Amino acid sequence: MAGEQVSSFVFRHSRRHLTRHFREWSVALALGLLLLMLAVLAAGFFQRNQLLSICSTAVPVLLVACGIALVIISRQIDISVGSQFAVCSVLLGLLVQAHWPMPLAGLAAIIAGAFCGAFNGALIAGLGLPSIVVTLATMVTWREGLRWWRQGEFVRDLPESFQWFGLGQAGGQTAVLATTVALFLLLVFGMKHISAGRFVYAVGSDTEAARLAGIRPPLVTFGVFVVTGTLTGLAALLNAVRFADVDPRTGTGLELQAIAAAVVGGVAISGGRGNLWGVLAGVLLLACIAPALVFLKLPPQWEKALQGCIILLAVAADGWRSVRRKH
Amino acid sequence: MQLATVRVALRRALSGIYMTTPLLRLTNVTKSFGAVRALKGVSFELLAGEVHALVGENGAGKSTLIKIITGAHQPDTGAIEIDGTTVPRLSPASARTFGIAAIYQQPALFPDLSVSENIALGLERPSAARRARWKDRRRRAESLLERIGADIDPEAEVRRLSMPEQQLVEIARALGAGARMLLMDEPTASLTGREVDLLFASMNGLRAQGVGIIYISHRLQEVFQIADRVTALRDGETVGIRNVKNRGGEESTTTMQGVAPAAVNLPSGLLSPTLSSKGGEGADALTDSELIRLMVGRDVSTMFPPPEKAPGDLVFSVRDLGCRASGIRAVSFEVRAGEILGVAGLVGAGRTELARILFGITPADSGTIALGGRRLDLRSPGDAVEAGIAYVPEDRRRHGVILEMSVAVNVTLGILPWLCPRGWLRFGAERSLAQDYIRDLGIKAPSPDMRAGNLSGGNQQKLALARWLAAKPKVLILDEPTQGVDIGAKAEIHKLIRRLAAQGLTMLMISSELPEILGMSDRIAVMRGGTITTVLDRETADAHNIMAAALGQGRENDE
Repeated sequence: MAGEQVSSFVFRHSRRHLTRHFREWSVALALGLLLLMLAVLAAGFFQRNQLLSICSTAVPVLLVACGIALVIISRQIDISVGSQFAVCSVLLGLLVQAHWPMPLAGLAAIIAGAFCGAFNGALIAGLGLPSIVVTLATMVTWREGLRWWRQGEFVRDLPESFQWFGLGQAGGQTAVLATTVALFLLLVFGMKHISAGRFVYAVGSDTEAARLAGIRPPLVTFGVFVVTGTLTGLAALLNAVRFADVDPRTGTGLELQAIAAAVVGGVAISGGRGNLWGVLAGVLLLACIAPALVFLKLPPQWEKALQGCIILLAVAADGWRSVRRKH
Repeated sequence: MQLATVRVALRRALSGIYMTTPLLRLTNVTKSFGAVRALKGVSFELLAGEVHALVGENGAGKSTLIKIITGAHQPDTGAIEIDGTTVPRLSPASARTFGIAAIYQQPALFPDLSVSENIALGLERPSAARRARWKDRRRRAESLLERIGADIDPEAEVRRLSMPEQQLVEIARALGAGARMLLMDEPTASLTGREVDLLFASMNGLRAQGVGIIYISHRLQEVFQIADRVTALRDGETVGIRNVKNRGGEESTTTMQGVAPAAVNLPSGLLSPTLSSKGGEGADALTDSELIRLMVGRDVSTMFPPPEKAPGDLVFSVRDLGCRASGIRAVSFEVRAGEILGVAGLVGAGRTELARILFGITPADSGTIALGGRRLDLRSPGDAVEAGIAYVPEDRRRHGVILEMSVAVNVTLGILPWLCPRGWLRFGAERSLAQDYIRDLGIKAPSPDMRAGNLSGGNQQKLALARWLAAKPKVLILDEPTQGVDIGAKAEIHKLIRRLAAQGLTMLMISSELPEILGMSDRIAVMRGGTITTVLDRETADAHNIMAAALGQGRENDE
């Protein structure tokens, strides 16, 4: 009898969890199915090196997507992250070239990201300008400013200590992944267990109600943009060390990848809803498409088209569910 | 001029004699929503060429009746006749074809399009492929606007028009669609005196053209000014139909140029027999006090829990408070511990605006607010919360609770720092706190994890209360605490408010429902024109003197 009650409680509880996190679980399921298909058809996919390389490619996207997720949850948008990413990367390269010690140069890159985010945040939260316009402007400004300044020139001749922090590929990859995992868990914890995380949801759900509850929405919005900029700076650092030199065109289209991953992972574009675990699933799913195509011996040109289909499928599922709920 | 006068007077006289069938007649209409009986038997009729006012307190059933007339709701029982023929079912579309049109307080126009386009969009069959005939549109707009005597450029952008001009455009559009019955719901609520005159002039013109107008307003002096007859509703029933004599609208309309001069100088000999033939019990002139009695008339105090103990020390005092932006001036009052100060007044008297100042949403620019002897400088809701002031806003669905979030999160949103002693949230504490309030306030939620949007209206209101009680405020401002809440939940909320008062909480309760104000308040502050004009004691207050104070002692204009 008691056992029955417990199991019915567990059942009810897990069912509620499933309905509430329907999207997160279905994306995870899709990812699982893809991996299963690969395991059956192309077991070569599951080599250590292969997985590590996919993961370290996904790291910058994941960090930026987490930032974007916060922005979207607070009912704003940031399309300037790709350009911020490039600015931070080039700055890092130049500082290292100028013989700054690697940790200091890395910190500077992160601070530069935070500054870019603060600039967006000040205009959006302080002056109440629409975020799409502000970040469109900064996206173009940073990117074109960089092009004018560097003339498309790579930052080359970087010291040994730059690539993989001088730890070698294996050690460097481990360090990058460990940092990312730790930071991701910290963000998940923060969004759930720190008041500030809940303020982000509250402001995104209903700004006026949040204000009446004593929250200061402009401060929350500003903070969200600063966090996003900081994460972008860090992502730039963890991405740049994978290579021997810095391409000033890096991060082109990164904003779209991040927004796509967030949306696929169940972050509602209307604000107030979303979950970083879903973002993680979204990032991994989209990141696995290209290598999976290679291993399944399908033409790799299909990557973008497939990603597009996944995005459409995800939002269509949302639309279908909400239409059905209304009836 | 003379000729027109005679012609229209003749037409009106004829319509009085021959067209005895009313445009619209409702007989014993009832309507229930679940357990709530919104209409318990309403009868109403509208004749061609009359302005028929519909009055009643909030909750008397006016809006339900409007929705039945416009076809938005179907009555449970009762008959609807149009032109003497019983209509089995009235849908929004068929109501339109019968010539019923509603004009609301906020015009539903496209602000970026021109007047003629707006009129055209309401009249032309929507078809993507059809060519727009701009000349025809313009000509039609001109003739319709001329018909209601509105001096508006058909090419003007609607956003540039004033509120009454926009209403006139809407009326023109309704007439273009063949409306013979106009339903005007609080059309003057946001208009100035001069703008009201403009609207009334047009209404007089329409009356002369045989259009029937149902006019709903809280402003009784306007009823006397414009209406031919009044139907009063109370608790979902028709409690009286009266003629209005000495309609005052005649003087004010003469200021308008070129507007329907006919109705203005109507010989009284023609007018009176027409009116008395329209039925109605009262042959004597209707007075405003009689009208108020009709609207209120019931013993209410027994429905409410009585106060439990006398108020304590002075807690909250406001001196000469003013705010230019929200039209509040020279507001002073004091409230004691455990006292409920009811704030009464008509819509637009400044009650919600006052609450928003006291909660720091629109900061005051003069005067002082003191809580427990300490002067407060409230620049934001955050300041007010810190000082110990809580505000449960009027528009609960929009601002009271966050519908997307769970019940528990809604309860604790204002007090998160208390739940994070070591910097992070303790979910156990949050849940048990939420559970306490769910039990305490009798919120019907199976679990604290339930989405707030899935609760009923009354439970959402209790949830909004719970958020603020959790913050342990010293002063609680309630804005329409039982608006849109069913009767059972209402009684529970009243009991709850009384219990909080007994615990020593100082409260301001804004309410448009007179029985609620009378039944719950220890003292009653009546607002009018942005300030408190009268403060009444529980013993001396009655519906009559509150209404009189809210209306400014009867019939003289607000200007």
